Order: sequence, then C-alpha cells, then structure tokens
Amino acid sequence: MATRLKDVDAVTVGLGWTGAIMARELTKAGLNVVSLERGPDRVPGEDFILPSVRDEVRYAQRLELMMDNSVDTLTFRNFGNERALPIRRIGAFLPGEGVGGSGIHWGALHWRNLPSDFRIRSTITERYGAKAIPDDMTIEDWPVSYDEIEPYYDKFDRICGVSGQAGNLRGKKIDGGNIFEGPRANNYPNAPIKSSNAGLMYGAAAKSLGYHPFPAPVAIASEAYANAEGVTLGACEYCGYCNRIACETNAKASANSTILPALRLDPKFELRTRCFVTKLNYDKAGKKIVSVSYTDMRNGEEYEQPAGIVILSSFVFGNVQQLLLAGIGEPYDPDTKKGVVGRNYAYQFEAGAAAFFPDKELNPFWGSAGMSVCIDDFNGESFDHGGLGFFGGGYIACSSAAAPPIAGRTVPHGTPEWGSDWKRATVKWYHHAARFNTQGSVYANRANFMDLDPTYKDALGRPLIRLTYNPPENEFKMSAFLLSKLEGIIKAMNPVSYDMHPRPRTFTVVPYQSTHNTGGTMMGADPKSSVVNRYLQSWDAHNLFIQGASVFPQQHGYNPTGTVGALAYWSANAITQTYLKNPGPLVHA
Amino acid sequence: MNDKRRAFSAGDGEDTMADETIPRRKFLLGAGVAGTAVAAGLGPQPATAAEPQTSTAATVAAAPQGEPLLILNETEHAFIVAAVDILIPADELSPSGSDCGCAVYIDRQLASAYGGGAKMYRAGPYLKGKPEQGYQLPLTPAEFFSTGIAAANEWSRKTYGRDFDRLPPDQRVEALKAMQEGKAEFHNFGAKAFFGRLLAMTMEGFFADPIYGGNRNKVSWKMLGFPGLPATYANVIDDYRDKRYVAEPQSIADFS
Repeated sequence: MATRLKDVDAVTVGLGWTGAIMARELTKAGLNVVSLERGPDRVPGEDFILPSVRDEVRYAQRLELMMDNSVDTLTFRNFGNERALPIRRIGAFLPGEGVGGSGIHWGALHWRNLPSDFRIRSTITERYGAKAIPDDMTIEDWPVSYDEIEPYYDKFDRICGVSGQAGNLRGKKIDGGNIFEGPRANNYPNAPIKSSNAGLMYGAAAKSLGYHPFPAPVAIASEAYANAEGVTLGACEYCGYCNRIACETNAKASANSTILPALRLDPKFELRTRCFVTKLNYDKAGKKIVSVSYTDMRNGEEYEQPAGIVILSSFVFGNVQQLLLAGIGEPYDPDTKKGVVGRNYAYQFEAGAAAFFPDKELNPFWGSAGMSVCIDDFNGESFDHGGLGFFGGGYIACSSAAAPPIAGRTVPHGTPEWGSDWKRATVKWYHHAARFNTQGSVYANRANFMDLDPTYKDALGRPLIRLTYNPPENEFKMSAFLLSKLEGIIKAMNPVSYDMHPRPRTFTVVPYQSTHNTGGTMMGADPKSSVVNRYLQSWDAHNLFIQGASVFPQQHGYNPTGTVGALAYWSANAITQTYLKNPGPLVHA
Repeated sequence: MNDKRRAFSAGDGEDTMADETIPRRKFLLGAGVAGTAVAAGLGPQPATAAEPQTSTAATVAAAPQGEPLLILNETEHAFIVAAVDILIPADELSPSGSDCGCAVYIDRQLASAYGGGAKMYRAGPYLKGKPEQGYQLPLTPAEFFSTGIAAANEWSRKTYGRDFDRLPPDQRVEALKAMQEGKAEFHNFGAKAFFGRLLAMTMEGFFADPIYGGNRNKVSWKMLGFPGLPATYANVIDDYRDKRYVAEPQSIADFS
C-alpha cells in the first residue's frame, strides 16, 4: 500500500533541462516544488571531475550517463505490420538518466528553429499550393510564433552562455553569422568558440561556392561567463572529451552547471533521487491530475505524492508512456487517423561524409563535439522546393573535432578492418580525415507513432513504449539533396578522396545516429489533433504541463534543445503570470 | 586456476603445432607467436610511432607471466589471444594484440558489470528479429563470448581438425575472414555477430585508456599521435593550424 505524502504545490517528473527550468521558475514564484528523478544525483564538483571524466570506455562506450535498460527501455519496429522487439541496449539514440538527464552528455549544439518552421504547413501551402503536402505527411503549424518565443530563446541563450555569431540582429543581416536565422533581439552572450582546422577549410570552400558559412552556435562558453542565476561557467578547454561525457570546467552548459547551483539553495525546492514515477493519478471528470505515484528505487517503497501542478519533464518516451498508462487523452490510431497521444513521432535524419587530406594536419583529437562550421542555405523553407519532390532540409556541417581513439578513427571505404593493412591505414589517416554531417529534418508521417507494447514490460511491470518508425520517402530525397550539396563543397576542398555516407533505407536502432526524438504529445491549436495547447498545458488536465521535444509537431533541421529550453521558459511564464491566479485552461478550444 | 597457469610458464617453449596432448598454456607460449613479427625489447616497452621498429626477428612471451584471469577459462583465453594476435598483428607499428593487453582487457570487461549484462534489458520472450532491431539474445556479453568461442572452436575442429588457437597464423586469418563474412557456419550461433563483437572488443582494448588493461604503455596512442588527456588545448589550437601537435600521451593513471 502506497504511503500518501503531504501535498506540495508542484512536482516535476524528471529533473533534466526542462524539470530544472520549471522548478526554478516556480520556486521563484513562491511555490514549493518537489522534483522526482528516477536516476542518481549528479553534481559537477563531485561527478564532473578530472581525471575520471576523460574516459572514453566508461562514458562513450559503456554509456555511464545513459538510461538503464535493465529497468526501462522501449520496443521497436520499422512498420506497423511487424512485431516490435525490445531495444535491449540503446544505440541509435541515447536518452540520459539521473539529475541533468540528456543535457549532461549532449554535444551542446544550440539552435533556434526558423520563423517559417513555426508555420510550416501554412508556408508550404502558400508557396506550393493547397495540394502540395502529401496526405500522409501530417505536419502542422506550431501554435506559437517565432516572435512570441524569441524572448525565451534569448533567455535560455543567456542561462547557457551560448557562443556564436548573430546573422540577423533585429532584422539586420550580419556576414559571418547565419543570415537565414530569424531576427534576434541580442547577439549571443559569448563570441564563437574556435573552429577546427577542417572546419576552417570547409568554411573557405563553402564561401567560394557562394554559400554562407558560420561557426555553429553551441552552449559552450568560449570565455568565463556569469549567467543570470549567479553561476560562473568556465571557458572551453577544447579537451576533446565532450560528447557523451560531462564537462569538468562547466563550459558546456547543463542544468547541473547553470540552474541547479541556485535551485539547490532554495528551501522551496526538494530533490528526491532514485524515485521512479510510475503513474499520474488522473481525475478525468475534474480534468486534473490529483497526484503522482512513485517507487523509491532504493528500497521498493511506494508513495503517492499529491500536487497542485504536475510538470511532466521526462524524455519523449517517458512523457508519452505516462499519458497512455493514465488514460489521459485519446491514443493515436494510425489506421483510423484518430487520437492524439503518440501521434507525429519524428526523429532527426542525419547523414554524413568523410574526406581525406594527406597534406593537411587536422589535429583531430581536440575541440568539442559541437565545434563545427556550418551552412544553413538549405534548411526548412529558406530555399525553393519547387520541382525537388520533397519538403524540409537541414544544415550541413564540418566538425572534425574531438575524435577519440576508440570511436574516432576515420579511414577510407574499402580499408581492411583488421590486420597490418588496417593498422597502417589507421595511422596514415588519423590526422588527415575530415568528417561532415547533415542535420536533416523529419516531417511527421501518419505511419510513425508510439503506443504501448502488448508484450514487454519494464522492471516495475509497466508496459513499454512501442516505437513504430521508418523515415518516409520524403526524408530520403531530402537527405540525398543535402548530401549532393555537401559533396559539392567537399570537392571544392580538393581532398585526395572522399566517401559519402547515405543512410540505409530501413532505420536501425543499432548504430548511434541522434538522440533527437520528437513528438507524441504534440502542441497545437486544436485539441482534436494535439495533446497540449500553446502553453504546453494538457487539453485534458489543466494542471498538467508537458515539457520537452515530445511537444514538437515535427522535427525541423536543427538540434532541439534550444527550442526545448525556450518553450519551457515560455510555459513557466504562462503558469506564473496567468495560471496561478486562476487555475484552469489557459486556452479555450 | 592461477597455480595451473603458473605451471606452464614462459620458457617451456616447444614447437608443438599440432600436438593436442600438449597443455594449452604451454602451447600458446611456444608456437602461438610463431610466424608473427614482434617488436624488439617488448613486454614492458612497446615500440612507439616516433621510433618505428623495423626488426621482425625478435620474439617475446605472449603475456606477462602469472597474470590472473577473472572470467575466461584457459580454452577461452587461448582463443582470445590467438584471435587478437591476428586482428592486431605485431608489425613495425605495434606489438601484437595480446602483447598490448587486448586479451587482458577483454577478460576484465567480460568480468565487469558490463560483461554480466548490466544496463541491458533481459526479459523475454526472446524472438529472432530483423537486424534493424538489434541484439535479441538472452546472453550477457560474458555468456555471449563463452558461447561464441565454443561454437567457433567446434566449427574450427570440423573445418580444420583442431581448435582455433592451434591453427597456424595463415589459417587463423582465413578462419576469421570466414567468420567476418558470415561464411563460417557455427552450430546455433551467428558467426558474423560473434566476429563483430570480438573485433569491437579487441579494438576497444587496443585504444582504451591503459587503466583497463589494454593499450599497454599507451602503445596505440603513441602510434596514432593521440595525446590522451592533458589539461587544456585552448592556448595551443591557434598555434597548430596545419601543424601537428605532438605530446607524450598521458593517461588517467598519470593524473591520479
């Protein structure tokens, strides 16, 4: 029998980026907030320290900061007529676990969506006609505009100490920044981080072809930086131990390094780690959540925590699973196209290339994971899709930094995988291989969705989320287009040879691709086709606010975290300025 | 097990290629390295990239004596040593895989929480899926290797008349190629999947921080020109545009 605990004003289910943002904003508004985090605590001064963080085996191969699949995973199939099987060890995407969530091990690429991305269905229809969007492409306009959330993008930039060069400052285009971006009220808080040698070569070649290269914006401080929470972030050391690993100088922003130092000091905040939220207890008639049930994973004790406001801030899969288990909202059915929970799952479509420069020294081991030079000439609706046969796009980047010895040895196609010839090629090319990536959009499709698995259960007996996903034909065409543009730039760099790496036609969960899973609890203007309103408030429970990329209607050609953080601040503002005065629906359908 | 292993220490070397009556450990230490070139002066001091060894004459013991095994048995260890010495042969760039500690690395990894299936979803039912659905066997990594080695040896006996570790180097090359290409038909086990994990673990061991037992004396880091984990590059990046940054590699132990 679960122990019923004393009421609190708000709980967050999970304490990653969005849980920390919401807890901080709500405690500042005077609420008592409890964060329930299923994983361990992670504290920069104790856990992000030298020399132990610079360990490729522990963090990058054995995935210390990632979810524990012995407790929880999901099942996967490409198509709805197949049998889904459990992902027994995560690979293609790596959701984090513990305080800070996926925001500790991320590459820290910090982007905004384009203004036209927020009204993508309208934009395409206006440009290409009412029949341009195929029936199965279920893309939607966001229920917020770029201009509305720009101040919240700006706020999140400042919390993270983002480094970059503005390309559009209040409408004025600036050479050397991303001239395709939406207007920014302010430049980035920090100057761009340094570029890799390969990145500089790529930028010069892209410019010679008439493109508009710029250093990627990253939530990595190029200089020591004090944020609005009174926390000072260190400057990037370019140490090379970055992706999948915590940053010991706190240059790479995480909730742990930017918000939690202040939040932990607030007596209105309480953190309970190793507490696994098993269920949202839903009063359907009253249209609200009355409490959350959780299991203390240290001893198995079960608790019921009543709360005035519930912030659902776990990863995409956990958010969808909680709604389906509690019966909040109608589950999506791909055959009838009815229902909303689990609808419009999308992902990031990444494909890359490698090129070889025997006469150039690239020093590939240093830098940060996100350190790259990009062009954004072929993203979203920044270019004309007339006659191309697809919609969407992405940015095209050369990173070639932070190449670790186990996973970062790039050799030309056809090189033996072992033996003396392999070894000679590995030594020959390690310092002379440049790597490239295209960060492509995935426009939602009717066939891609999440529901509950009928067979497999987690360690607490709850059905696993079942993911049905294969990139639609549209995305393969989009990716081929981006790769053709990338190939043109690579040729202009004059490599001795290069290899393009298109994705296989069926998605596989085995090799790492991207942790940018989106959708399932999408935001929208109409409760018949969305799960949350423009303030991330559930249409079916007015005290439930759902955070993170699960609210994206589709995935655009950018890393999601910048938009995730901005939406959290936007949602928090609606709660503290409006909802608290008169709890109830913030939007009337 | 330690006592048994010590009983067949280095120095007993005999040319015993096909003699199945010779205990495995003794066999390994003798003929196991025959036909492979090992850099001179090895064991403690492997060759570095800065001073490539061209001599192929000298041979040394396959592994330090008396090194305890945590989970592999003698047969399994012999298989791993025989395999990693083909995957990473001794040549002018590095000593052999086992001399670099790859077998030790694999033994320790399989004995670790990872080897025991930590952080892995293990509930049934166990159904054969598509390759896109990833690993679906009930086996932990340690069980996977144990089962895979047994299957590989069974196939080796059927194909070549003896266990894999007792094959001469050219036949071991041929056998590993057959596994890699999926042409080797193991009984009830996927040769290609087994080879894939064997190769991945061998490479991990070769390139990992030496605290895990492989990459002895940072041999692969020196070979690559990878400097390990120094404190900062912020002040040197701009000075090394198109110019190689060279530093003596440092490992976790150097900072501990």
